[in-house]
Amino acid sequence: MCLAIPVRVVEIDASGDAGKVDYLGTKIGANFALIRDVRVGDWVIVHAGFAISRLDEAEARETLALLRDVQDAGRS
Amino acid sequence: MTSDLFRDRRVVAGLLSEIAAAAASSSPPVRLMEVCGTHTMTIHRHGLKDLLAQAGVEMISGPGCPVCITPDGFHEAAIRLVTERENLILATFGDMTRVPTRLGSLQAAVPAPGSAVKIVYSPEEALTLARLNPVKDIVFFGAGFETTIPAIVLTAGRAQAEGLKNIAVLTAFWTIPPPLRAIVSSGEIRISGFLYPGHVSAIIGLEPYAFVAREFGLPGAVAGFEPGDILLGVRSVVEQIRAKKPAVVNAYPRVVRPEGNPAAREVMNRFLEPYDALWRGLGRIPASGLRFKPAHAAVDAAVKYALRPAEDASDSPGCRCGEILRGVISPPQCRLFSRSCRPESPRGPCMVSFEGACYVHHKYRGSSPAQRRSRKSHG
Ligand code: SF4
Repeated sequence: MCLAIPVRVVEIDASGDAGKVDYLGTKIGANFALIRDVRVGDWVIVHAGFAISRLDEAEARETLALLRDVQDAGRS
Repeated sequence: MTSDLFRDRRVVAGLLSEIAAAAASSSPPVRLMEVCGTHTMTIHRHGLKDLLAQAGVEMISGPGCPVCITPDGFHEAAIRLVTERENLILATFGDMTRVPTRLGSLQAAVPAPGSAVKIVYSPEEALTLARLNPVKDIVFFGAGFETTIPAIVLTAGRAQAEGLKNIAVLTAFWTIPPPLRAIVSSGEIRISGFLYPGHVSAIIGLEPYAFVAREFGLPGAVAGFEPGDILLGVRSVVEQIRAKKPAVVNAYPRVVRPEGNPAAREVMNRFLEPYDALWRGLGRIPASGLRFKPAHAAVDAAVKYALRPAEDASDSPGCRCGEILRGVISPPQCRLFSRSCRPESPRGPCMVSFEGACYVHHKYRGSSPAQRRSRKSHG
């Protein structure tokens, strides 16, 4: 019931409140009424059929950079 | 936007050694409660429980499984509805149907003529059922925390807007901060800090946890759901312990905004009001549950069917789920664990839910991910 992984928005209907996300290669329906200004290509967290948060790409990059530092430290 | 880095072995090892270094200076030893059932699952599935123990951090599970903390009275009310009323479809998430009560489980219940139990994945499916079955009454039995509640009430609101009169929600809605206060102020267990739930926090933000640091001096971090996320969260908490600077740190900033999701909270505030709810194992906690405001009585199954969930229902004999939800014991300490209580024959909800501590311990018991893989490949 909880897709803890981010999924990509692939379709938004005319109302803007519903559409489809790509979940491991399958298009599944999702409701976007709880997040604002969603666009095709956005990454979102879907829970019980509803997107509850949009992934912040700048923050994601920063976390990955942090992990990369840890990885590099382990290589030395 | 998913990355192997979150599961990379060198990353995991590196974070663990940083955690070990920070935890070594702590006396007494570090004990963290992970509040979210999905965290419990991640921690066990990836073998982090043992790895963290070796790094000097004991992880204990808390009240973060909505199926588990919903008292039997609610489950019994749902069973009564579908067995006593004709032409009623009770829609709910799958694990809710298998919770054993004095009346059996929803799954084993014999519905009244024309009635049925239906498993759904989203509350919107219940709305579809209501549109397709105008002569039947649909009741969505929804248990959840702040993550799930907005989706359910938004769906109820849509039903009202469409003028659908044949759908109502049996609410088992719980909020996360009040039980944390109950657990800490009871003094029943010693905790050095909290790993806060990632997706509940995506809705409520960081402020609702501030009292834990301010009033009780306990550190905490919001964490995501990859192994790297969990370890970043734990690292933050042990660093706060070492620095003696308890706070609420957001270790999952790619998903959680400090202010949470105001639109989702607005939906909750519009439809719901807090009440002093009864939790399994934790008893009655002030302002810890949410229910429909009187203005929305039309979609409130408790009003529509005059339901009063029994409050005298206790755990089935021998089941210690309540103590597990308070973090007082861990599942193997229950004498029924993995013996008469197993996922196929659960004696309590903690063995039913995929997020239940007993289920998770049973599924991943005594094995690292590598051992499980080799067991699988050898048949
Ligand atoms: S192992 Fe089963 S009987 Fe024991 S506490 Fe867990 S759910 Fe209850």
